[in-house]
Amino acid sequence: MLMTRVIPVLLLKNGGLVKTVKFKDPTYVGDPINAVKIFNDKEVDELLIIDVEATKEKREPNFELVSRISREAFMPFGYGGGIKSLEEITQMFRLGVEKVSINSIAIKDPDFVKKAAEICGSQSVVVSIDVKMDEFGNHWVFDYVNNTTTKLDPVKFAVSIEKNGAGEIILNSVDRDGTFSGYDTDIIKMVSESVRIPVIAMGGASKIEDFVKAVEAGASAVAAGSFFVFHGKHRAVLITYPNKDELKKALSRLSIQNSENAF
Amino acid sequence: MIVVIDYKMGNIGSIINMIKKAGGEAKFSPEQDQIEDAEKLILPGVGSFDAGMQNLTKLGLIDVLRKKVLKDKIPILGVCLGMQLFMERSEEGVLPGLGFISGSVVRFKFDKKNAHLRIPHMGWDSVEVKKESPLFSSMYEDPVFYFVHSYHVVCNNVGDVLSTTIYGYDFVSSLQRENIFGTQFHPEKSHKYGLKLLQNFIKLAY
Repeated sequence: MLMTRVIPVLLLKNGGLVKTVKFKDPTYVGDPINAVKIFNDKEVDELLIIDVEATKEKREPNFELVSRISREAFMPFGYGGGIKSLEEITQMFRLGVEKVSINSIAIKDPDFVKKAAEICGSQSVVVSIDVKMDEFGNHWVFDYVNNTTTKLDPVKFAVSIEKNGAGEIILNSVDRDGTFSGYDTDIIKMVSESVRIPVIAMGGASKIEDFVKAVEAGASAVAAGSFFVFHGKHRAVLITYPNKDELKKALSRLSIQNSENAF
Repeated sequence: MIVVIDYKMGNIGSIINMIKKAGGEAKFSPEQDQIEDAEKLILPGVGSFDAGMQNLTKLGLIDVLRKKVLKDKIPILGVCLGMQLFMERSEEGVLPGLGFISGSVVRFKFDKKNAHLRIPHMGWDSVEVKKESPLFSSMYEDPVFYFVHSYHVVCNNVGDVLSTTIYGYDFVSSLQRENIFGTQFHPEKSHKYGLKLLQNFIKLAY
């Protein structure tokens, strides 16, 4: 039976790993190569590494670092950050990256998603959508490069990128990022009901129960950052991954329920 | 030396990485003469069926592949699209496949009961091994592998089926006919299970 993927997402800044709170205040949490080795030992389902500075600094991805990371990644490994050309995507695949995550260029140039999917197949193109809520409780696509909320409706945006060939959507809640307050299940539900491609929930996870709630809301996979790198009430930096059997128990029961509900 | 065929279809880097970890030696190459000299071949691949066949044709690799696989009978492992190209044809395209294995490639089609299943089939799934094969020799118990695909192969000869996996229905998740091996899943991205499988491939006597 297909198991729900539980995906650590690590952020890169100046060659080191950081974790933010609501996209701000990055805290250094360690060396990327070391972290990937630990996640290997823990047999994580998948790993995603995002360079949060590349696009802002208008530079290309750090291919040398990606290459060193991918040599250690014996699980599906995705990369995002600074990708603006099809050549860069091809280069990523040569280095051993399975999936590229694109964000700002998907907002600016919807055709880019289409072109990327045509050359490398939909399954390798993940579009990461950052979502922020306004004071009225409406969700909007957030532009992390310019640090502003756009006028894009996340549901419509998700539908349009699916049409353009995106293979997956990472739905990241800016408001929940690093807060340990649980996923924004409302937006997960709205987006996953509107598209057929897998939606990966992200932002706010603090316990396995949060994963369960996200899947109940319609997520096909769950991602988290702080959950995997901070430990205890003092937020000590410690890379962890839940016990596989525990995850299986919590999430497989749910997959069965979901299939029954669908009949 | 294992040659990973570089026909510009996807993530060859990760296959080389995993073979190294498995203790093997591999290089990637798009060259006819390198493939001619290979002891074993791996045909990886991510992308569409026709693009894959077009690239193999453009590089002039079809004849040398036929000779190495069907006449010299060296072990070959097709991964994902690589395995699909072993078949005769695919619903995904119009070009004929390599035809090493009798059968075709079809898209997942679900009945009403399973209409909620998303395509691609993406993530970790189990396999049920259907016959003795060196590829699964001393494999861990209850192995799981990483899948990502929207199409799957259908074998005309049941004897070619090496394992099946359930996604809405039973589909062929790996195949073997003599020296020809194929996995729909990605052993190079499947932790110790994939490592074991690739070690088994490396150890195959030729």
